[in-house]
Amino acid sequence: MIAELEDLQKKAESEIAEVRTEKDLLEVKTRYLGRKGLLTGLLRNIGHVSPEERPLFGKQSNEVKEILTEKIEAALAGIKVIEKGDILVREKIDVTLEGRRIKPGKLHPVTQIRNEICSIFASFGFSVVEGPEVELDYYNFEALNIPKDHPARDMQDTFYIEDNIVLRTHTSPVQIRTMLKQAPPVRILSPGRVYRPDSDVSHTPMFHQIEGLLVDRGISFADLKGILTVFLQEVFGAETRLRFRPSFFPFTEPSAEVDIQCVMCRGKGCRVCGQTGWLEILGSGMVDPEVFKNVGYDPEEYTGFAFGLGLERIAMLKYGISDIRLFFENDWRFLEQF
Amino acid sequence: MQVSIKWLKDYIELNLTPEELAAKLTMAGLEVEALERKDPAFSGVVVAKILSIAKHPNADKLSLCRISTGAEDFPVVCGAANIKVGDIVPLAKVGATIPGGYTIKRSQIRGELSEGMLCSEEELGIGGDNTGIMILSPELNLGEDLAKALDLGDTVLDIGITPNRSDCLSMIGIAREIAALTGTSVKYPEITVKEIPEEIGTITSVRIEDPDLCPRYTARILKDIKIGPSPYWMKQRLEAVGLRSINNVVDVTNFVMMEFGQPLHAFDYRFLEEGRIVVRRSRAGEPFISLDEKERTLRADTLMICDGKKAVAIGGIMGGLNSEVKDDTEMVLLESAYFLPSSIRKSARWLGMGTDAAFRFERGIDPDGVVRALNRAAQLIAETAGGSICRGIIDEYPNKIDVPQAIPLRIGRVNSILGSNLDEAKIVNTLINLGMTVNMTDDLGSYLVNPPSYRVDISREIDLIEEVARLIGYDQIDLKLPQVSVKPIIKETKQVLDEKIRQILNGCGFSEVIHYSFITPKACEVLNIPIDDERSKMLRIANPLTDDQAVMRTTLVFSLLDTMRSNANTGCHNLKIFEMGKIFIDRGRGEQPLEKERLGGLITGLAYDDFWHLKDKPADFYNLKGVLEDLFDALRLSGVSYDAAHTEPFLHPGRSCSVSIH
Repeated sequence: MIAELEDLQKKAESEIAEVRTEKDLLEVKTRYLGRKGLLTGLLRNIGHVSPEERPLFGKQSNEVKEILTEKIEAALAGIKVIEKGDILVREKIDVTLEGRRIKPGKLHPVTQIRNEICSIFASFGFSVVEGPEVELDYYNFEALNIPKDHPARDMQDTFYIEDNIVLRTHTSPVQIRTMLKQAPPVRILSPGRVYRPDSDVSHTPMFHQIEGLLVDRGISFADLKGILTVFLQEVFGAETRLRFRPSFFPFTEPSAEVDIQCVMCRGKGCRVCGQTGWLEILGSGMVDPEVFKNVGYDPEEYTGFAFGLGLERIAMLKYGISDIRLFFENDWRFLEQF
Repeated sequence: MQVSIKWLKDYIELNLTPEELAAKLTMAGLEVEALERKDPAFSGVVVAKILSIAKHPNADKLSLCRISTGAEDFPVVCGAANIKVGDIVPLAKVGATIPGGYTIKRSQIRGELSEGMLCSEEELGIGGDNTGIMILSPELNLGEDLAKALDLGDTVLDIGITPNRSDCLSMIGIAREIAALTGTSVKYPEITVKEIPEEIGTITSVRIEDPDLCPRYTARILKDIKIGPSPYWMKQRLEAVGLRSINNVVDVTNFVMMEFGQPLHAFDYRFLEEGRIVVRRSRAGEPFISLDEKERTLRADTLMICDGKKAVAIGGIMGGLNSEVKDDTEMVLLESAYFLPSSIRKSARWLGMGTDAAFRFERGIDPDGVVRALNRAAQLIAETAGGSICRGIIDEYPNKIDVPQAIPLRIGRVNSILGSNLDEAKIVNTLINLGMTVNMTDDLGSYLVNPPSYRVDISREIDLIEEVARLIGYDQIDLKLPQVSVKPIIKETKQVLDEKIRQILNGCGFSEVIHYSFITPKACEVLNIPIDDERSKMLRIANPLTDDQAVMRTTLVFSLLDTMRSNANTGCHNLKIFEMGKIFIDRGRGEQPLEKERLGGLITGLAYDDFWHLKDKPADFYNLKGVLEDLFDALRLSGVSYDAAHTEPFLHPGRSCSVSIH
């Protein structure tokens, strides 16, 4: 009987070793260790074993059962690893394909520049104020020291709705409206659409301006130079050289145009800067006392400066765009690039 | 304004290169927008000396000359009679080019070798003399390039004069600016008027009926003049600054306008009925033919220069055809006047006549320069057109022209406005260099300043402060940073919301577009928007650039659709776009429109054109609705309902809805 048990063990072990799938293994397990299995069958015949051999037989059969159970489990673990590997191979994908996502849209380049400028000036304590785009002549011109029938009106061609209502030619009327409402100090930034009848590679009948106004006690031209220098170096790089050049605006005095060193040729002179090495970038100046009088501020007590710039112009220089009309054609191939 | 450096040198000593001068002017607020070199129209012409002259063996009128350039001798055949041995002449050498596209070649003239050509002024295009070879000064260096020797090149600066600087609309004005910048002085032309005994008062009179528009009118009479071409130097100067030479009298009026900034006019005295001048307003509807031969209908209040019966000029703007100086004119009445700037501007704009004269009058001319210019012109006409100047001038000056009173200036204020620490003496000297009279007052650091009469832009302390800063140089003022208030910047709700909406839509794959705020008046019709809809109340622009930009938009939809079409035309059929901006609802005459903030979006083509796994799924209603749902979620808006019953006339009735938030 013991010999039979040993045979059975050998046979079972070799079958376990040959089995390749979990299903076959379970079959082997049932065949030997199941309730009607071969090992169980042997044990059931324990009556045929002599009583002296019986304890040894019992012990050995239990050992064989344990060994076989262990072997089956080990084999099962092995088979599982192999089977999983097969599944993973079958499930292999092309990881180089693009991920699934919604491609984010783009902000219009003008909005991007506006956001950048607003956040720079927010750090100087300027808050954003907006105003009407269809303006009264008074706010757009007269309160800004540009009387009717004054040659200064030539500086800004104007779209008229009627004699006293215009499409604003700059965002400066927002300054007037703000100062009429609010006592100094004032630190505001007014971005927005402005309109002038002009259309060519460097002009569109609508464009965007951003203007700033700072009014307080003791504000000087040196402060204007300081803030605008920091601002322009922030936008165009810390190395950017600038120059302040006397100019004329009816609502500021002294007035200054600010030029930056040409971003294309680094000041050597090229087509973009007309060989001068400089690019006109913004207009600025100390608020004219006449403007303060118009809004009821005392020009002896308060001084201030204002500046204004065209957002498209900044975007053109930053992104190397040569035709301003592209901003409003909304051609997808253009918009996608920013 | 075009400024010829050569002309400028008549009034000021210049030791700067044109580039240096341009930089100096630009940094003083006279922006040089362009710099154009004008070289003479010849090359290869040198200073040479005539060594010998012999008769040409085969031609009576030609001679054989031996010409030396110092280093070499050349045989030259010449036909002019005015030369003699020892004369210094211009020699166009073999290979030289002269005006008219001629290149000088080595040639045989009637059997004699000629290596070059002696030139007249006219042949070189540098003068009007064609009677003989140009005889040069014996002081010139033999062999030197003629253009260099005679300093014939010119450089013309195109200066952008800001509207406040009427005093710079002349050569002398620019010269004064340069003088102030370089510490030199202006050489004013010497004006001498040789009068004949005949009195102007016996010939003409001037009556100003509307002194509010014409505070000053001066006149002179010149007799026995002979109309002809202007001398070369005058032609050259006028042409250099872009003016066409017409005849010696008209050219003088233009020359003096460019020299001193005072526009002038010459009337042919023959055509002045009753031989007198009356200055008055026009009547509405009055017809008038101006010098440009255009018939114009005047509105009331245009200032007219008239004779005893009729109008002869639109005051300060343009003369009339009926009194124009002609080839046979012998006697002129020369006008130099001061007109009210705002009146000239109004009339010139209304008539669409932005003439050089109107440009200067509307900006304000030097009230004290009126008579000087009159005399200068009389002198030049007498010099260039012969004739005699009648004794005396008429100077009708009924209304005193406002000249600024003495302006108080506080040194402390200069430095506090500029944020500078400028020395008192430096400030005072700067103003003196600009021609101002600066007087001390009893208060320490306070002065009284009188600007010169031509600086009509200076009437306040701040104007003086600007002049100081401008002349000293903005680069001389240090940078400072104002104290930043520590109070945090609270962004306006609208600004925060705008930024958020843009971000969310970007996240949904929508890109921002910006359209013009003006659209075609047909937009409502195209979109089927009914007449009683608010969006039909379109605000009309009085002077639109084009018909399809004639009204302010009342909806964003039209432009979004237009952009869809233009992109489709370029082959781009897949779009996800949005715009944020205002629409404008007309509220009737005299009212500003209602401006409303709007957000509009559009999706077309494939829903996911960039998805390889959903390549062919077309965008539909639910893609757009999903974006709105995302937007409302992100903005934490609840109670949103979608209602299929709506009346939007341009949408598919079965595939659209109205969205409301409770």
